[in-house]
Formats: sequence, C-alpha cells, structure tokens
Amino acid sequence: MTSAIDPLTQDTMRAPPARVVRLDGEDDWDGWRDAARRFLAARVEPERIVWHAGESADDLFADGDDTLPPEPQLEMRVPRHFPQLAQSALLHSDPERLALLYRLLWQITEHPGLLSDQADPLVRRVELMAKAVRRDIHKMHAFVRFREVETPAVDDGAPTSRFVAWFEPEHHIVRATAGFFVRRFAQMAWSILTPELCIHWDGKVLTESPGADRSQAPREDALEEMWKAYYASIFNPARLKIGAMTREMPRKYWKNLPEAQLIAPLIAGAQAREAHMVAQQVAPAERAGTLHALAEEAQGCRRCPLWKGTNGCVFGEGPGDARLMIVGEQPGDEEDKAHRPFVGPAGGVLDRALDEAGIDRGEVYLTNAVKHFKYVMRGKRRLHQKPDAPEIDACRWWLDQEIGLVRPRATVMLGATAVRGVTGKTAMIGKARGTPMPLAQGVGIVTWHPSYILRLPERDAADRAYAGLVEDLRLAAEQASTG
Amino acid sequence: MARMSLKDKLEVLADAAKYDASCASSGTSKRDSSKGGIGSTEGMGICHAYAPDGRCISLLKILLTNYCQFDCHYCINRKSSSVRRAAFTVQEVVDLTIGFYRRNYIEGLFLSSGIIRSPDHTMEQLVEVARKLREEHGFKGYIHLKTIPDADPEIVAQAGLWADRVSINIELPTSGALTRLAPDKSEQRITSTMGDMKNAIVEAKDASRKFKSAPRFAPAGQSTQMIVGADAATDVQIIDRASSLYRGYGMRRVYYSAFSPIPDASAVLPLMRPPLMREHRLYQSDWLLRFYGYEPFDIRDASDGGMLPLDIDPKLAWALKFRDAFPVDVNRAERERLLRVPGLGVKAVKTILATRRYRKLRLDDVARLTQSIAKVRPFIVTLDWRPTVLTDRSDLRRLLAPAQEQLELFAA
Repeated sequence: MTSAIDPLTQDTMRAPPARVVRLDGEDDWDGWRDAARRFLAARVEPERIVWHAGESADDLFADGDDTLPPEPQLEMRVPRHFPQLAQSALLHSDPERLALLYRLLWQITEHPGLLSDQADPLVRRVELMAKAVRRDIHKMHAFVRFREVETPAVDDGAPTSRFVAWFEPEHHIVRATAGFFVRRFAQMAWSILTPELCIHWDGKVLTESPGADRSQAPREDALEEMWKAYYASIFNPARLKIGAMTREMPRKYWKNLPEAQLIAPLIAGAQAREAHMVAQQVAPAERAGTLHALAEEAQGCRRCPLWKGTNGCVFGEGPGDARLMIVGEQPGDEEDKAHRPFVGPAGGVLDRALDEAGIDRGEVYLTNAVKHFKYVMRGKRRLHQKPDAPEIDACRWWLDQEIGLVRPRATVMLGATAVRGVTGKTAMIGKARGTPMPLAQGVGIVTWHPSYILRLPERDAADRAYAGLVEDLRLAAEQASTG
Repeated sequence: MARMSLKDKLEVLADAAKYDASCASSGTSKRDSSKGGIGSTEGMGICHAYAPDGRCISLLKILLTNYCQFDCHYCINRKSSSVRRAAFTVQEVVDLTIGFYRRNYIEGLFLSSGIIRSPDHTMEQLVEVARKLREEHGFKGYIHLKTIPDADPEIVAQAGLWADRVSINIELPTSGALTRLAPDKSEQRITSTMGDMKNAIVEAKDASRKFKSAPRFAPAGQSTQMIVGADAATDVQIIDRASSLYRGYGMRRVYYSAFSPIPDASAVLPLMRPPLMREHRLYQSDWLLRFYGYEPFDIRDASDGGMLPLDIDPKLAWALKFRDAFPVDVNRAERERLLRVPGLGVKAVKTILATRRYRKLRLDDVARLTQSIAKVRPFIVTLDWRPTVLTDRSDLRRLLAPAQEQLELFAA
C-alpha cells in the first residue's frame, strides 16, 4: 500500500518511534544479549531504544514498539573481554546500565579497539560499574552470616538443620553468588534471603523464591556469642585503625553483621586499654639484666658507620633503677679503650663536680648520646670529632631504650649533643641551663659539658662554667629526689 | 582452678594469637565440596570481617595453648608472663573451626601454639588438628599451620601435607636482638626449618607437574614475620633481610608487625605505642620489591640514614631523590620506568600500556586512571602536558606530602 505522507504526521515520522525492550529480570543477561544482538544486526541506534528490566518493565511506558527485530543470520563477533565486562556491569543497580551497555556495544562495532582504551569515558564508566558489582559479590561472599535452625524431623529421620542468612546486597547479584555458596556448602541445607530474591539449597537442587524481609530470617544462633567473643579478642586495642576497617567493611553492611555491634564499645575502650599497657611499671629487679643484654646487642649496631675503627660500643653504666641519669656527648679515646663512659679527662671533671654537688657516682646512670668514638687521625693520635645530627639521631634508639628502662626522674644533658639525643631538638646551652624542662620521662636539666669547661682558655670563664655545672647537678639531684 | 568454659578459652587463645599479622587465605589450590565434605578455596582469599585495628579476619586465628616453655620477651605468652593460661583439646579446635565455617564466618584455620611438654608433642597436636579436619570432616577450607622450630623434621613435614600454608617466624631482623629478646630461640634452627620447608615445597611442586596424584605440600607456600621496633634494625636492614628471605627461602610473604605493647609486659622492652606508620612504609617498600621491580638498594637510596621518611611513601621519596629520572613520557616509556612514577600503580601502568597501543594519552586520560593526578603530574609527560619547573622545585616534597591526617578516632 502506498500513500502520500500526511503533512501533519511528518514530524513524528522524522524521529522514528522508540523501541522498547522489557527484560525478564534485573539480572537477565540472556535477555539483554538476545535483544542487543537483534538490534545491532538491525542497526537500531542506541538513542532509539528504551530498556526496562525487573519491576520497571511492568510500568506505564507502554508506548513504543516492543517487538524485537528478527534473529540475526550471521555470527556476530565482539572482543572476548566484552561479554565478561557486560555480564558484570549488567548486575549494577543503576537503571541506565542496560542502555549504556548497548551504547558501548554499538561503539565497539565501529571501533573494535575501544575496549582497550581504558581512558575512554564510556569504557571507564562501564568498567567502574563492573568493578562495583564484582566488589559487591565479593563482599556478599564474605559477609553473609548463616544462622542455624532446626528443621523438624520428617518421617522417622533425625531432626536436621538448615542454615539461613539475611543479606542486603547493593546490586542485583544474588543469582551470581549462588554458585559460590553451592560449591562451598554443597552438603548443607541453606537459604539466603534478600529483599529482591531468595535462594535455597537442599544438598541437591537450587531453588528460588521471591524477595523476603528481615523478619523471616532467624534472629539468633547458638554459636554467635562465640564468634563475637572471637572478634573482640582478636582485636588489638594498641593499633586502632578505624579508617582501614571502614574502607573494607563499609557501614552499609554493619546492620547484618552480628559482630559489628561490638565495634563502638571496642573503639571506646581501646585507648584506655592501650594507655594502661604502656603505663605498666617495669620490675626494677629485671632492669639490670636487660641493660646488660642491650649493651651486648649494641656491640653489633650498624645503624651508622661510626662503629668502624673503634674498640666497640661504649654503653651506659649504672643502676637500672637510678633516679638520676647523666647523658654526655660520646666516648673519647680513653673511654673507647676502657669500654666505660666518663673515664678520661672530662670524666675527671665530672667526678669532681658530682662530688661537690654531693652526688654518689655509683647511684647515677651515666651514658652518652652517641655510643661509638668518632675521631680523625692526627699522626698517631685519635682526635675527637663532634658527631653530626644524623649520627646522633641514629643512636637515639639506644638512648631511648636506656631512658625507657631506667625511667630516671631527672636527666642531665651535658652539652648540645646530649640535648639533641634526649629531646631531638637543638638548644643554646647558655640559655637553656638553669631551668628544669619537662621530658617524656621525668625532667631534664641542660648544662655545660665538662670537656667544654676544659677547653675554655680563660681561667675565669672556666671557673664560672664549672660552678654552673655543679649548680645544675645540685638542681638535678634535688629534682631526682623529689620529682 | 575452675574449669574454663569454651568461650573463656577462646578469649584467651585468640587474644594470645593476635600478634601474628598474617591472615591470608589466598593462593592455594582450587577445591570445593561438591563431592563431599565442606568448604572451598577459589584462589582469591576472602576477608570475612575487619576489626577496628584495620586488620582483616579471614581465618580463625588461635593458639592450641598459650602455656609455653620459652621466655621470649616480646611475647605475651612467655613463661614469665602472668597472663591467663588455657588449652584447647584437638577436638575443640576442630569443632570450633567447622562451626564457624558453616556459618560463613571464616575461610579456615590459622593454628599456632605455645610449646608444651616438648616441641615434638606440640607439633604433633597441631598436625592432628589439621588431619582430623581434612580426613574426618573432608574440610576443603584453608589451613595455616605454624611450625615449631625444634620439632622433629618428620613431624614438621606432615604439617605440609595437610596445610595450605606453613610458617615460622624469623621474629627479629637482627640476630643480636633475637639473642636478647628470644633467648630460647636460635636463628640457625629457624632458618634451617625454613630451608627444609622450601625444599619440600619445591619438590612437591615438581612432582605434581609429573604425576597428577603426587601429594600436595603446602600449596600456598610459606611465610614469616618480623617484629618492627623492638630492636635497633633500620628500615634498610629490615628490607635487606626481607629480600634475602624472599630469595633464599622462597617466601610467599614476609609480614612486618609493629611491636605492640602487651599486657604484663616483660621488663626487657620499654613500652611504647606501636610504630604503625613505620610498619606501613615497610609494607609499601615490600610491595616495591615484589611488584615494582625495585631492589633493596633502591630502598636504601630512598631512605635517610637507613630510615624511610614517615611523611611520604618510599616511592615518592625515591623519585624526589632521583629527579633526573623524570619526567616520564607515558606515551613512550617502557613499563619499568612507568612503574617508578609516584601515584601510578601496577594496574594503572598496565592500563596505560594497553590504551596507548590504541591512541596517545592526554593528562585527563591519566587522571581517570589514578587516585590523584596532582601527585602524578610533576613526574609525567603526556600529549598535552609537560611539567616545566615543577620537578625541580625544592618545595615539591612539601607540595606532595599529604596534609597531617586527622586523628583516626574521628573517622568513626
């Protein structure tokens, strides 16, 4: 039949009527593929197709041609990656996915390499959808929690049990996960209830029923208390990393995880538990042996290269429960030979000052910020060289161990190297001395190093510095006895 | 002493096991229970829950007992600790594993133990749990067994027949520290057990290539753990050690565990907060070694005096020290060089390589493939982008270092 085109309908003729596809379900891959193949073969542009799946398929968009083009005669080829990608992305909850996938298929037929172009916005969007679906599937594998229910005995058989779970996935993935649970729990009877669809396995056959609600799932399980006890006990309160937890176990899943109700109380109690552990007192009796073992271990220290060319490491000495600790710069020539701190000329000055301040050297823990002798050769003499900041920082590990074990009430820092070793900061000795400063452990008192006093060329200045040293030691002794 | 309930025991023996970082359940042979038994493994591990410490819970990780003859100072279960003691029977562990597994709480079991009676006896008990699970319950899930260093090699070898993974902890990166902190352990005995395991794993793999029926031996290989922050080892020493463990013993994984304060601590270790950021930087370096083609000397180059910076990741630290290696042209450079670009991961590089066969990349394209283009930009050249002075700026580090993170407490 031929007829002239009615001028009144010309407009609608120019925009061809929409084609409508109704899929059998939200995850109807076969339906989508069949329709897509037919449309593609018939060269129906993506803009002309309206896709519906699941509930929206029954709604009011009745206008439009819902017949499908005929089955294509020729085999159609797509890149191997496409069906995998599309099959995952099709399960996404975004209603636009069906149209996006057809658009992508359309574009692939024109540019076969397109799928390798991960930076293409459409490819990227579909890839991200597929990724979200795969993640949801993975999380469902992980977060389904079965509860055991006794099923009444049939005939004469013993009562058996069924494992039932309630789960709320984000995407249309229930059927896609069924295989996993069948393979894993092949010999068990189980059901997974979700709002969209329920699946049941009896040991032989997988069946489906319409969506359910939470009230249809069992509320308790005999072993759940044990699981919660395990969850609470395996948690280490000293290493709270809440962000790392929520990244992998987002809150949206918490409501169906029995252990998740413990999260808030565990976090709330964590800091107190950690603080309690860190504050534990170290038994003084054990400290001496430990310091000795540390000294042994320090002989093998390679944290910096200063160990080369020395007679070994000169570790601290003194009682493990000393109230007063004195930290010097580094061992000198004589200390290196004797393997003991403060036995050279500077040690002599310190001994005299301690005496005048009324302090018994035997009750003080004496150590150095740097524990190997740093020097340059001048002829046959080993000439002392000041340690630099990286060397002091490398050696801090040992000093921290000593301070942590001895826990002195007062720490005297002799000179700038000692200040850096103890506090990690630099200071002007002349300005910082005379006032106790709070440290992580007890108080700190900064004063002149005895070798500085020895090096001062003017007698008056040396005397004044020496008097200052004695005064500061007295102050430290006072702090140590009261602090 | 009153009899402990099963729940009490579980609390004690899970608490005692939590200092082992490993919870991997991946990389073993594929199995399922369609022909009987229970369980499956499908290659990818599954983390069934996460604790607020950010660690995944994949396995039921417990000790058979926390009674121990050893006195390792860093260990909550050492002989001299006053911690509550408990012991499971073999059957209790088997039942608990199956009960948890049926409810989909776990992928399997990670069983370790304190040393009771003798190393041989302890190892026999661990093996017995695994045997019962496999033989009596047809358990197809994942089993990780800790091996006891001084046990008879014959018994240790049986562990590999039932377990997917076996492990023995090297504990401390330096041998001096092992002497001080674990006086009953010997580095030589630990590494010789590792060596035996490696040989058995390699032999079994060879055999299974020739005969389909050849017995499997620890198909997921062996792993080990080092405690970080309890001795004077620097990051570079730790990474050197890890690298030699990967090479020498075919380790699948080396775990780094920030030394964490424990209840009733030993006097030997000053208590402090665990160095979590340092642990994180070590894991990043470990990844660079295993997947990015870095060598231990690259990590040394990235460090300052042996220690890695805490404020930026080791890859960025390396890049900032070797600025003349950049910018890298994403449209031309080979894979190895792309992998050195801060902010480009293995996946992004793979995608770049695939895409550029098809067309030239622009900055926007790269941005779609990465978390943060701001981090990548100073180090790359694209069709429409070339960093000018940026790679030479002295404040580049400050520009790229993440802002001080908020306290995690408020992320909840």
